[in-house]
Amino acid sequence: MVEFRYRTDEVTEQPSVTLDAFLDQSNATAVRLEPDDDARALIPFLDRLTLIEVAFPKFRDGRGYSAARILREAGYQGELRAQGDVLVDQIAYMRRCGFDSFAPEASLNPDAVARALAHYDHAYQGAADSVVPIWKLRHG
Amino acid sequence: MYKYDNYDQAMVDARVAEFRDQINRRIAGEITEDQFKPLRLMNGLYLQLHAYMLRVAIPYGTLDSRQMRMLAHIARKYDRDYGHFTTRQNIQYNWIKLEDCADILEELATVEMHAIQTSGNCIRNISSDQYAGAAADEVTDPRPWAELLRQWSTFHPEFSYLPRKFKIAVIASPEDRAAMRLHDIGLELVRQDGELGARVFVGGGMGRTPMIAPEINPFVKADDLLSYLEACLRVYNRYGRRDNMYKARIKILIHEIGADAYRRQVAEEFAHVKTLGIDPPLAELERISAFFAPPAYDAANIEPDRNDPDFAVWLDQNVKPHKQAGYAIVNISLKPIGGIPGDATSKQIDIMADLAEKYSFDELRVTHAQNVVLPYVAKRDLYAVWQTLRDAELADANLDLISDIIACPGLDYCSLANARSIPVAQKIATRFADMDRQRDLGELKLKISGCINACGHHHAGHIGILGVDKKGVENYQLTFGGSGAEDVSIGKIIGPGFDEDGVVDAVEKATEVYKALREGDERFVDTYRRVGLEPFKEAIYG
Repeated sequence: MVEFRYRTDEVTEQPSVTLDAFLDQSNATAVRLEPDDDARALIPFLDRLTLIEVAFPKFRDGRGYSAARILREAGYQGELRAQGDVLVDQIAYMRRCGFDSFAPEASLNPDAVARALAHYDHAYQGAADSVVPIWKLRHG
Repeated sequence: MYKYDNYDQAMVDARVAEFRDQINRRIAGEITEDQFKPLRLMNGLYLQLHAYMLRVAIPYGTLDSRQMRMLAHIARKYDRDYGHFTTRQNIQYNWIKLEDCADILEELATVEMHAIQTSGNCIRNISSDQYAGAAADEVTDPRPWAELLRQWSTFHPEFSYLPRKFKIAVIASPEDRAAMRLHDIGLELVRQDGELGARVFVGGGMGRTPMIAPEINPFVKADDLLSYLEACLRVYNRYGRRDNMYKARIKILIHEIGADAYRRQVAEEFAHVKTLGIDPPLAELERISAFFAPPAYDAANIEPDRNDPDFAVWLDQNVKPHKQAGYAIVNISLKPIGGIPGDATSKQIDIMADLAEKYSFDELRVTHAQNVVLPYVAKRDLYAVWQTLRDAELADANLDLISDIIACPGLDYCSLANARSIPVAQKIATRFADMDRQRDLGELKLKISGCINACGHHHAGHIGILGVDKKGVENYQLTFGGSGAEDVSIGKIIGPGFDEDGVVDAVEKATEVYKALREGDERFVDTYRRVGLEPFKEAIYG
């Protein structure tokens, strides 16, 4: 269940299909990536996708962070959802990598999530969000 | 030395608040120990055999007297009055209480220090040459580059849940004093057609599968470096093994797919990443470099008086040439005979801070060999420095000799260890306590690990010792021929292991074989490489 969503458009109703099913000439507009899947396989189809769900079966498995950045760097504008073993202290990094909705398996305390997202005013490095890296602030 | 601006300070201050919040949630039971573990680890907090251990970052091993005094203060106030300097140029405290951690970090933040990413499956503290800025053979000071990497890697959103930990070293000299090619990424700064850039080595490491990093790129320009490293890391994050934690380091990926395939994948990824505009302009490297400008040297060149024989011995062994005439690099040994390698009391830490302030332009370095360096000492002050060190029991003249042992904390502290390391180090140092005998043996790097994870760098020891558990009894394997320097190599196991006293005897026999067979000014490792294992084996097992 989507607990946190940081976009204003309508939630897509269509259930997401696996990458294999999608590539098998599906007309689906929602797809689900497992950690082993290559996010780049979706690049030719980004225009017609409204939801990409990235699975985190274990919070320690960080492949989904790269998947998210790859999709955003390729211009994907739709909803990018982190689903699974998603924890409070990962959400800030996930936001930076381009995720804008979260469906954690175990419900999260909204106050703790809000605090976790508010700790840092700046970031050292550029990522998939709109945060201006510190080096750029220094050099105008 | 680098000084934080408001942005840097805000980052460490925010980190303190964040970690305090995480600890409070853990204490309140809102998160499980399993969920807390990666959070505390990313802040250098381990649960060890007897207590929490906190590892504090000393970026590229450089610190000033104010920071050094803070390290002493923390040892005094929150620990048992001592700290342990580590092989990654950090310091760790062995007896920390969870409820004190946020306060410790808050105190550290007041002197521009932190424990960020000193553990966890993320990019760790960037290490470098302890003689940076002072070495005669460097093409540039590597520390501004290391600082650039420190900032880039801090809270990196994509690379904080890597398959495994990730260590980067930066050097800028042909002589490798940082074990650069035994890191996940080793950078050697070089000059090509007048332009500075980095030679990039990827996939080295020690641990249970030691490997020497192959060169992946002979020259990456300064303003391409972060994009290139992002590409290196992204390929690893996506394709590094996650099915087996013992095969999850990048060295295994590169070993399995081959350096050529990895290089191609990185090149493809780099072509894409470079378009994203994530490289700071050269002006940022220049801004950082300004903090590392040479100190205001005195032009006087006054050689010290060598009349005191103990001083002369120390001078010859622990003091190294400096790029500036009239100056020298002083190595402070944290390896007293019979002591614990790398340990220093808070009083000793304060004394080293005082010396740095008075005699070394307020700078100290920590070395990967667990010693401390005063990088800018005027030669005319050397005797005064030595007298103070001698009175503080910090003047052991054993740099790079057999008693300058690297040892991990071992089973005395560590929850991963199979055997104790410290008592073996103490016994070997005591066996070779006679300084004339040590000096006669010359450079002999002896390194001890208490388990296969190799924190004591045994693979890189001219003589390496690995403690294992053999049916409930501590057993020690010997390896010969390793090196972490520019002649990098991995030591080979010489045969069946020994008990604690047996391994000390075996080391002694090996040194006798060396003395009998050495030619010219060969070091132990040179003789071993020339004659091979047989004569040593015969003497030890025959």
